[in-house]
Amino acid sequence: MELSYGAEHEAFRREVVEFLQTHRDQAPGSGRGASALAWQKLLIAHGYAGRTIPKEYGGYGAAPDILKSRIIAEEFAKAQVSPGLGGQGISMLIPTLLEVGSEEQKRDIIGPTLRGERIWCQGYSEPGAGSDLANLRTKADLDGDEWVINGQKIWTSTAHLADWIFCLVRTEPDAPKHQGISFLLFSMKSPGIEIRPLIDMTNGHSFNEVFFTDVRVPAGQIVGKRGEGWKVANAILKHERGSLADPNVMLSRLNGIKELMRSETIDGRRLIYSPVFRDRLMRVEGEVMAMRCNDLRLLSGAVNNADVGIAGMIVKLQTTELRHELERLAIDVMGEMGVLYGEGAPHLRGNGSWQWNYMFFLGLIIGGGTSQIQKNIIAERGLGMPREPKLAIG
Amino acid sequence: MEFGLSQEQTMLQDSLTRFLGDSGSLARARVFNANNEGRAPDVLAGLAELGVTGLIIPEEHGGVGLGLLDAALVSEVLGRHVTPAPFIGSSVLAPLALMRAGSAGQQAVWLPKLASGAAVAGVALSEATGARENAGVTASGGRLSGRALFVIDFEADVYVVADKAGGLHLVAADAKGLTRTRLPTIDTTRPVGELNFDNVEAEPLAAAADSAAVVRFLIDTGRVMYAADTLGAASAMIDQAVAYAKERKQFERAIATFQAVKHMCAEMAAALEPCRSLVWYAGHALESLPAEASVTACHAKAHTSEVGTRVAKTATEVHGGMGFTDLVGLHYWFKRIGLNRQMLGGPEAVREDAARLQALAA
Repeated sequence: MELSYGAEHEAFRREVVEFLQTHRDQAPGSGRGASALAWQKLLIAHGYAGRTIPKEYGGYGAAPDILKSRIIAEEFAKAQVSPGLGGQGISMLIPTLLEVGSEEQKRDIIGPTLRGERIWCQGYSEPGAGSDLANLRTKADLDGDEWVINGQKIWTSTAHLADWIFCLVRTEPDAPKHQGISFLLFSMKSPGIEIRPLIDMTNGHSFNEVFFTDVRVPAGQIVGKRGEGWKVANAILKHERGSLADPNVMLSRLNGIKELMRSETIDGRRLIYSPVFRDRLMRVEGEVMAMRCNDLRLLSGAVNNADVGIAGMIVKLQTTELRHELERLAIDVMGEMGVLYGEGAPHLRGNGSWQWNYMFFLGLIIGGGTSQIQKNIIAERGLGMPREPKLAIG
Repeated sequence: MEFGLSQEQTMLQDSLTRFLGDSGSLARARVFNANNEGRAPDVLAGLAELGVTGLIIPEEHGGVGLGLLDAALVSEVLGRHVTPAPFIGSSVLAPLALMRAGSAGQQAVWLPKLASGAAVAGVALSEATGARENAGVTASGGRLSGRALFVIDFEADVYVVADKAGGLHLVAADAKGLTRTRLPTIDTTRPVGELNFDNVEAEPLAAAADSAAVVRFLIDTGRVMYAADTLGAASAMIDQAVAYAKERKQFERAIATFQAVKHMCAEMAAALEPCRSLVWYAGHALESLPAEASVTACHAKAHTSEVGTRVAKTATEVHGGMGFTDLVGLHYWFKRIGLNRQMLGGPEAVREDAARLQALAA
């Protein structure tokens, strides 16, 4: 056990802190306005965004160092300063292209995407292809030197804001289902694309349904070869270990509940003096602490290239469920006040963020592999339990 | 940065596992139970041979001189094997009390005996975490009166006793005026008992500047050790449940193929694995992160107990009717987890302690 990051990394931490002190007044709020793009450029120049992306593709070109990346994330979060642009282009497409893209794709796409000049959405899920993603039906037929795409995607985040889409389509209808998929890139301004908003339970509009009718895409806009789309989409899975959770965010939400319990009263008595609520608070604190320790173990495993066994597989399941429960506690602490919602509502606490997160995390329990799928993965890959036998069809 | 076990720590767990595997953990626990043994001299001798009895005792007193994280790792393995042997009291808390509050003379007398396994020490600490039935011990003029319940590692030659004022004392098991009563519990692998003091001669452990702080440290350490024992016992129960589910066939297929059964197993594993990280952290914190040690110990004890209790129930259910029988013997682990949960404060009491330590309670 050695929990210190060491001298070199502590020196690096001081650099980050100093940068934040010097430049924090330039940091943007939310959104993708001019100030956000300027901030992104500044972060790339200092190696706080696009840190390990090679210089020739528009990144900073540093050698991968998990602890330094962690320090950057920690200090930006602590300072409550924007860590730069996110989105599926930056978090998913760029790593995919770095792994399996052609030289031309890397040169043309990574730079503008990283700088926020090209916004992407991800076309994976379909009405009939959720947990069973490889069952997707949107098809692309080659007509001369163009793909002709027909079908429908769903849960397409930010499709209404996106310039381009990276999309899984079926190009080999006669191949086994995992081997008949290709990974295409095309403009969302292409004729034949219709976007319909899918409003979620928080009243938010981030998801969409996207319909393709005879959308024509140049044949070269494919990553990997025909039929390799499933492999391409999974190319970055191995980098994902433990990256889902940020226990520091969970910790700051927990501190928020402590504040709430010190300030909220019922019949004039502070909630912190209610033994029942206090016990629930401590229960959640213990669980958060366990996940924080688990996260340190994953971080250490990644740094030292050590096997962490089942500890990584459980993160998505445990953290989304725990976060949902944590937000629930805050709502219960507020009693009837807890149901207030919507901008400008009188008596609203925390800008409505408790209810919003409570609902949002139910979405995350489902999205990206439901809790039930996670349990199958833990049982089958982690505990070596057999798969359910397939039904004999027909 | 390294959050994990060193090679030496892994080897410590492996060698202990080999010894306990060879000496037949459940089989030995059954004999211990059937014969109503107080001590298992063969197991104790083996543990002494491996250095477990002297694990945290300094080398100059015949021990190995390791730390409390190492002790937690041993505790985990003992829980995993439902080992019928003293450890948390005799090899961790009593030596710790002597090392932190004993005089040089007391250390020289007792530490070598505990290290070699020649003597076993019990620890009376229950009242310091909350007294039942008005129990408690008072010290006056070098003599003790009163009652101590739920003494850890009860079948002992000497006892470390915490009094109501935060003082610590050493009492010989055969001291005049001391009445010892074993308290039968669900867990037949580790004897606990009651001590009644009628003006009993005692040696104060008075070398510490702040005796109450030592008592607090003993409680924190004991809680982490019980958490580790539960971690080991619960992970053994998950392994058995998974193995049984792969073996057992109903409706022409292994029940492990049913999602209902698979999800029970996955939920157990997903809840327990973070406890492993938490127990490691809490064990490390005891000596290396003093500012966090008490709160972390509370959470390790409370959270691991809650998860352990759920695992004990679920793993039994996966076994179906067989889980309920003595034939399979799963109940040895169930009961071990059950005892660990209540000792030195159940989850609610320990969480309230965590709140008080953070000034969140009135």
